[in-house]
Amino acid sequence: MIVSFEVNGEQVTARMTHPGSLLDMLRDDLGLPGSKSACEQGECGSCSVILDGELVCSCLVMAADVEGSSIITVEGVAPRDALHPVQDALLDAGAVQCGFCTPGIVVAAVDLFANNPSPSVSEIKEALAGNICRCTGYGAILRALEGVARGDDS
Amino acid sequence: MTARTVRRTTTHEGGVGQSPARPDGVPKLRGEFEYAQDLKADEMLWAATVRSPHARARIVSIDIAPALAVGGVHACLTADDVPGRAHFGLEHPDQPVLAGDRVNYWGEPVAIVAAEDARTARTAASLVEVVYEPLAPLTDPELADRKDEVFRRLRIRRGDQAARGPVVVEGYYEVGMQDQAPLGTEAGLAIPDGEGGVDLFATSQFVHVDQEQVVASLGLRPGQVRAHPTGIGGAFGAREDVNLHIHLCMLALHTGRPVKMAYHRSESFTGHVHRHPAWLRYRHEADLDGRLVRVEARVVLDGGAYASTTSAVLANACYFVVGPYRCESVAVDGVGARTNNPPCGAMRGFGAVQVCFAHETQMDRLAQALGMDPLLLRELNALERGDPMPTTGQVIETPLPTREVIRSLQAMPLPDDPLGLDPGGLPGGSGLTTEQREVKRGVGYAFGIKNLGFSEGFDDYSQARVRLTAHGAVVETAAIEVGQGLVTVLAQIARSALGITSVEVVHVDTSKIDSAGSTSASRQTQLSGGATLEAATRLRERVLSHFAGDDLDESGVWRGEELIARWPEIGDQEWVETATFRHPPTTAPDENGQGVIHADFAVAGHRAVVDVDVELGLVKVIRIDTVQDVGFAINPSSVRGQIEGGILQGVGLAIMEELVLADGVILNPTFTDYLLPTILDAPDVEALLIEQEGSWGPFGAKGVGEPPTISSTAAVVAAIRAASGKELNRVPVRPQDIALP
Amino acid sequence: MVHPTSMDEALAGLSEGVVPLAGGTDLMVEVNFGHTHPENVIGLRRVAELKEWEGVRIGAGVNWRRIEREGPKALAQAARTVGSPQIRNAGTIGGNVGTASPAGDGHPFLAAVDASIELVSVGGTRVVPWSEFFVGVKKTARRSDELIAAIRLPDVLPERHEFGKIGVRNAMVIATVNCVVTRDDQRRVTVGLGSVGPTPIRARDAEEMISAATMPTEADLAEFQRLVAEGVSPITDHRSTEEYRRHGAGVLARRLLERCLR
Repeated sequence: MIVSFEVNGEQVTARMTHPGSLLDMLRDDLGLPGSKSACEQGECGSCSVILDGELVCSCLVMAADVEGSSIITVEGVAPRDALHPVQDALLDAGAVQCGFCTPGIVVAAVDLFANNPSPSVSEIKEALAGNICRCTGYGAILRALEGVARGDDS
Repeated sequence: MTARTVRRTTTHEGGVGQSPARPDGVPKLRGEFEYAQDLKADEMLWAATVRSPHARARIVSIDIAPALAVGGVHACLTADDVPGRAHFGLEHPDQPVLAGDRVNYWGEPVAIVAAEDARTARTAASLVEVVYEPLAPLTDPELADRKDEVFRRLRIRRGDQAARGPVVVEGYYEVGMQDQAPLGTEAGLAIPDGEGGVDLFATSQFVHVDQEQVVASLGLRPGQVRAHPTGIGGAFGAREDVNLHIHLCMLALHTGRPVKMAYHRSESFTGHVHRHPAWLRYRHEADLDGRLVRVEARVVLDGGAYASTTSAVLANACYFVVGPYRCESVAVDGVGARTNNPPCGAMRGFGAVQVCFAHETQMDRLAQALGMDPLLLRELNALERGDPMPTTGQVIETPLPTREVIRSLQAMPLPDDPLGLDPGGLPGGSGLTTEQREVKRGVGYAFGIKNLGFSEGFDDYSQARVRLTAHGAVVETAAIEVGQGLVTVLAQIARSALGITSVEVVHVDTSKIDSAGSTSASRQTQLSGGATLEAATRLRERVLSHFAGDDLDESGVWRGEELIARWPEIGDQEWVETATFRHPPTTAPDENGQGVIHADFAVAGHRAVVDVDVELGLVKVIRIDTVQDVGFAINPSSVRGQIEGGILQGVGLAIMEELVLADGVILNPTFTDYLLPTILDAPDVEALLIEQEGSWGPFGAKGVGEPPTISSTAAVVAAIRAASGKELNRVPVRPQDIALP
Repeated sequence: MVHPTSMDEALAGLSEGVVPLAGGTDLMVEVNFGHTHPENVIGLRRVAELKEWEGVRIGAGVNWRRIEREGPKALAQAARTVGSPQIRNAGTIGGNVGTASPAGDGHPFLAAVDASIELVSVGGTRVVPWSEFFVGVKKTARRSDELIAAIRLPDVLPERHEFGKIGVRNAMVIATVNCVVTRDDQRRVTVGLGSVGPTPIRARDAEEMISAATMPTEADLAEFQRLVAEGVSPITDHRSTEEYRRHGAGVLARRLLERCLR
């Protein structure tokens, strides 16, 4: 089956031979391996993307169901030659270790700030509650995002 | 909000003691960093594994025809197809590459399939017809001990075995099976070179040892197999052992095509080793002043079906049975049992975690029996430089600031806010189970000691190469970066040693450099850092000597005020220096477990503040303060990252992480039911680093990765005890352990 | 896969073997694990009618995030605990009800207020009370030619309602026990419980006992707790034990009632 939709501002058409997830399609057919597959059941957030304006786990979206939709992946969060303030803040805070959770964290945080420019610490935590990190203990991630919330200049 | 440019040079010199941004940070943030999962090659096939559904069984027959009949399948291999050594193993090659006539654990690989795509490979794998004759699995490690199904027994006897004290505390403790659960699963790509050899790119902690095992099982010459350091999403011990490495290479050579494999999450749970569950019987005896007179312990670890690193984990557990305390009469009997449970091996903390839970609980109970402050008891017995290790008799020759750790931790301020006002801060979180009045707060302390580097006479070394280029230097290494920040640290060391900022760390494969050893045992900063320091220092000396200069920096070589040689000309010549760094030698234990067993030590303490809803048994870890002995913090930000990450793994073991087994079968091999702490479960962490000169690591640095996991679990449980009054002799603590009688 | 934009279109496409898909948070897990390979799928995301929410009629396609913001208190509290932000954006109340997991976080509320499920087919509409809709573990009364169109709450909800969920972790956790307690201005109390049986249940004995008490005393509350605990039939599994679930159900129900009494 053929699916046409928009990814990171570009119209694309993909052919899928069997029912699979949006995550599979992004990684295998569209050359966008930034979103990661780590649990196949929406319990870790490493595959997070923004679908029609909403933060979702791409492993739980059926590929064929994005016909006509608009998707933003980690690759589309910032232009080619720049970092999003969220990415900048995470880098400065030492919040990247193995980096496997990082794309999902970036997308979830970008979504948070798009909807709420000055979230409280509680709100940051609740917004990131669906993203598992095994390396950092979340401390540096939280410090980075608190800085973005305060409008710290990076 | 404005974007900023991507190019980030270090905004300062970037040497040791600073926290420059990690060089792979931007690619990871942009989703452009290549992990093993992301690798592709032209004409690539996908592999899948057929695994045993039984914990123990005889294999009656294997029919691969149904798999081969599936369109797009290129190969289906079994034990008969293993060209070389039929077994592999980190310490003892006892694990079949593919099961032959029997399987010994649930999930053991029986056959492998290569096909055009992953889905076809899995479908074909599910069609392989294996006829099993199930046998009764041996799942009780005590029974295994009695049947002498044992990987290792270790006996430690030190001091006057007749020594006794008037105050006696006995206890029996249990530690459940934790999993490393790195977010990136096992994955790899094997590419045949067309000449009978293969290049392997796979998740690993130790590429040279992978390469050796692949060579052996494929019956190849060493030069024919090259293992390449590859992007990996965390390890924590799960990737020391071979899992898919030989399988991929077998399929690649058999089909003549590149072969890729990536484990799904539940397969990952079965496909790597776990932390050893432990059963620990202890007896502490002290005199009336609180001086430890004698410690006896029986340590039982369930090693599962194959040896992996059980021998070394058992050793570690036994050697650290007492903890960071002096004691002149010690008796330990340790057993690493062989069962039909899933194989266990390395996980961050490596045996010391399990015994720390026990010895710290014992110390608290001893303090209670003595009517003594538990911290004072620990201070009184604190193990310091110049003291003999209570178990091995080894005199500690590097700094071990145990007393300072205890005092500094106690001096850190406790939170003064009462219980969380936001429901998210209460036990039960957004589940709204609990109100403030239903909460009791508890504080608990625990201290632990860990060895750094490999032990018991193992020849532990690392090789690094430093090479000057047109504008700076490159450090070449096979030392694996699993996320801990080694690539940053090695560059920092080379910068400080050379005096220049433009330094890059480059990973090279096993054919291009000698082993850097394992990324484990908290050893890479000291070993690979030591090799890098040596190579860079020698290189600088040679350059200066060649030009008869007295300084080297970003501009070039100076003699006094005169710049006598510039970049890029300096890099025109072949300036290369290779160094192989070893730590001070260790020895194997004698028949009483005595010897110079360990290369170095680090001590750390944790204080946990927890809020407990005692009636429901729900726990919220509010805060953990820690003091850690680090020698010298080469990258303070990375050290903090290791501490915060390690502490949360300790919290996980304390209250939520456990692989539940029934007759050798893992009941919860998914993230739905193997619960990792989320950001809402993470405590606030405050860390104090103690830096003391004297360790042999570069600039006096000590490894920092494991100490955060050693005593954090014990501290959390001590705090829960303080809040609830419950004994809690087992981790992880489950709600029913607190709430029910 | 087809993408109908109206209920009529959606219903026309339904037949044996056709799988309806809304948020995907349950179905896609089964697909990813290779447990199911649905060949014919009806994607319901674009059916606007399913997202309509008028008064007490909540369209099956309303997502948990919206319910967290706009729903009646105890249901909004439950919504907040469903999965994660990602799950709440995709997951719908209709999907939750259709999957009928014993631990479904929306179920205790539906049981406690006696909600109904509206099922629609080309042949017409039927409204099924929750107690007849949930028939077993992951089994409902929905026929394969029907879609869940909406959840219907009663016209008047009790004055007070409170939700609670016991889980080992503070986010993304399957309930060990979940519960809603309601109390109306006639002092009638209802207790809806999940994860303590194959379907959501009501603690009838406990309800009857406490509803008769004009001003419940400590002794009444203790008895209430005991009746709740004895009235459930939980299992022991890898997540928890029968004993703890029993205990937890009793404690949680009592605490939620105490909140309703304030």
